[in-house]
Amino acid sequence: MKVTEKKVAYVAALANLELTEGERTRMLRDLNSILDYVDRLNQLDTTDVPPMAQVSDRYGIDESKVGSARFAYASREDILEGLRKSLPHEVALQNAPDTDGTFFKVPKVIER
Amino acid sequence: MDLNSLTIDAARSAIQERKTTATALAETFFAKIQKDDPQIGAYLMLSKDRAFTKAAEIDSLAAKGEQLPRLGGVPVGIKDVMVTRGVRTTAGSKILGNYVPPYDCTAVARLEAAGAVVLGKLNCDEFAMGSSTENSAWHPVHNPRDLSRVPGGSSGGSAAAVAADMAVATLGSDTGGSIRQPASFCGVVGLMPTYGRVSRYGLIAFASSLDHIGPLTKTVRDAAIVLRTIAGRDPMDATSAEVPVPDYVAELEKPVRGLKLGVAKEYFGEGLDSEVRKSVEGAIQKLAELGCEIVPVSLPHTEYAIPTYYIVATAEASSNLARFDGVRYGYRADDSRTLSEMYRRSRDHGFGAEVKRRIMLGTYALSAGYYDAYYLKAQKVRTLLVRDFEEAFKKVDAIVTPTSPTAAFKLGEKVDDPLAMYLADIFTVTADLAGIPGISVPCGQTKEHLPVGLQILGRHFDEATILRVAHAYEQAA
Repeated sequence: MKVTEKKVAYVAALANLELTEGERTRMLRDLNSILDYVDRLNQLDTTDVPPMAQVSDRYGIDESKVGSARFAYASREDILEGLRKSLPHEVALQNAPDTDGTFFKVPKVIER
Repeated sequence: MDLNSLTIDAARSAIQERKTTATALAETFFAKIQKDDPQIGAYLMLSKDRAFTKAAEIDSLAAKGEQLPRLGGVPVGIKDVMVTRGVRTTAGSKILGNYVPPYDCTAVARLEAAGAVVLGKLNCDEFAMGSSTENSAWHPVHNPRDLSRVPGGSSGGSAAAVAADMAVATLGSDTGGSIRQPASFCGVVGLMPTYGRVSRYGLIAFASSLDHIGPLTKTVRDAAIVLRTIAGRDPMDATSAEVPVPDYVAELEKPVRGLKLGVAKEYFGEGLDSEVRKSVEGAIQKLAELGCEIVPVSLPHTEYAIPTYYIVATAEASSNLARFDGVRYGYRADDSRTLSEMYRRSRDHGFGAEVKRRIMLGTYALSAGYYDAYYLKAQKVRTLLVRDFEEAFKKVDAIVTPTSPTAAFKLGEKVDDPLAMYLADIFTVTADLAGIPGISVPCGQTKEHLPVGLQILGRHFDEATILRVAHAYEQAA
């Protein structure tokens, strides 16, 4: 599958990346080269093969349990600070590029 | 004190027996770093206050004659993708150039609870994306064994620090080979545990279904000690497994006679450097002499691992890196007129070329119209790769391979060809995709005195067996 300049611009917008002219040219070349290589996956017949997004629901689990009971150990009580104390407000703001002490401040949102 | 042969137990007993103090040891390592790291570039940040505070704590226990914790006073380094409260953490990126985390990575907290002295944060490829540490936004790392060459990546700083005696042990992370490959390039031990064995809480995420934290050390025994310390269920990581942690150290000395080791032909084809082949075949021969039965196996889908990885990992990365937007932390581009301009400009200035490339590839693979052809397809091939290992492990207890097709390459050699760089991971990515554990242990050198690594892969949650095989080889070699 060949990627076009228009597609690169579209994907960059989806990814919230503002690429420079030079970056877009290189990206076009690199993406096409990588996608060409990745195309070989189509040599494999995966008609009846289930997808695997995660290995952790396959290994290290108690097979005698069924369904969500297998992961009961990963859930906690639905109470405030049930797992640990929350970050204090001022600590959560410590790395903020711009704040008024209560909120994170950002430039205004304008419809494109 | 000979730093080169200083292991975890040696350092700890020296302090326990009052031959030295944790403070003196930390000072020795900081002096070594000051002297040698300008040529190597392993460290991004030193955490002297934190180190000396912990050292003082350990010294006070030793002074009272109390038993020191398992890693009491042992100087360690942490890859800069793991957050350390109050100590700047950048993930090797400018987008986090000024980020000071308000919390600690679980693995780091467990090391410190066991008495380890954190010397500083180690250099790495940006967001762990790379195989040479040349993608660090700050500076590259030079291989201590040959300064004109790469240390491997993405945990290049972690491997170099151990190899150059600038830490007794380090933590690295592995998503496509980033612990094992640099360990093999630098001549140290690198262990990637089973997925879910070690909590990922506090590891800045690259690909959530592939990321692992693990140790880089001088000896296999040290890797076993660190694993025992950091492994185990963590409620803060939903994917961390509820599987008991065995005493890996106690299991080390068990005999390997009778163990079946698989040799997969797909890992010994063309593209494997002849000197790497020679060293690895020599190591396998040694294991046979120790009584292991060598069994030919096949992992037929190996050639599809790299394309699978570069779809799955980049797709997950495009999602994980969406959080870096200049709003709550990290770099924010000045003078943006609107919110979306701020997002785009912050990310464009803050991310390096490789990161952008992977975000683009991942976004493309997940986008409407391409999801089935790329991401879904790759997930299905992932199942086939996992099945290859399940089949093989019915016949053998572990699989032995070269860690990397070549020894360390020269700095700059592969930077202009992303695909060539990706192919350096060919023997390591399969384990990440399958979630199985793997260890790289030094097994000789090339004619140019460059280290070669032997990789041992094991069943899920069977780190004990691969550690045992690695230890037996290390002791015999």
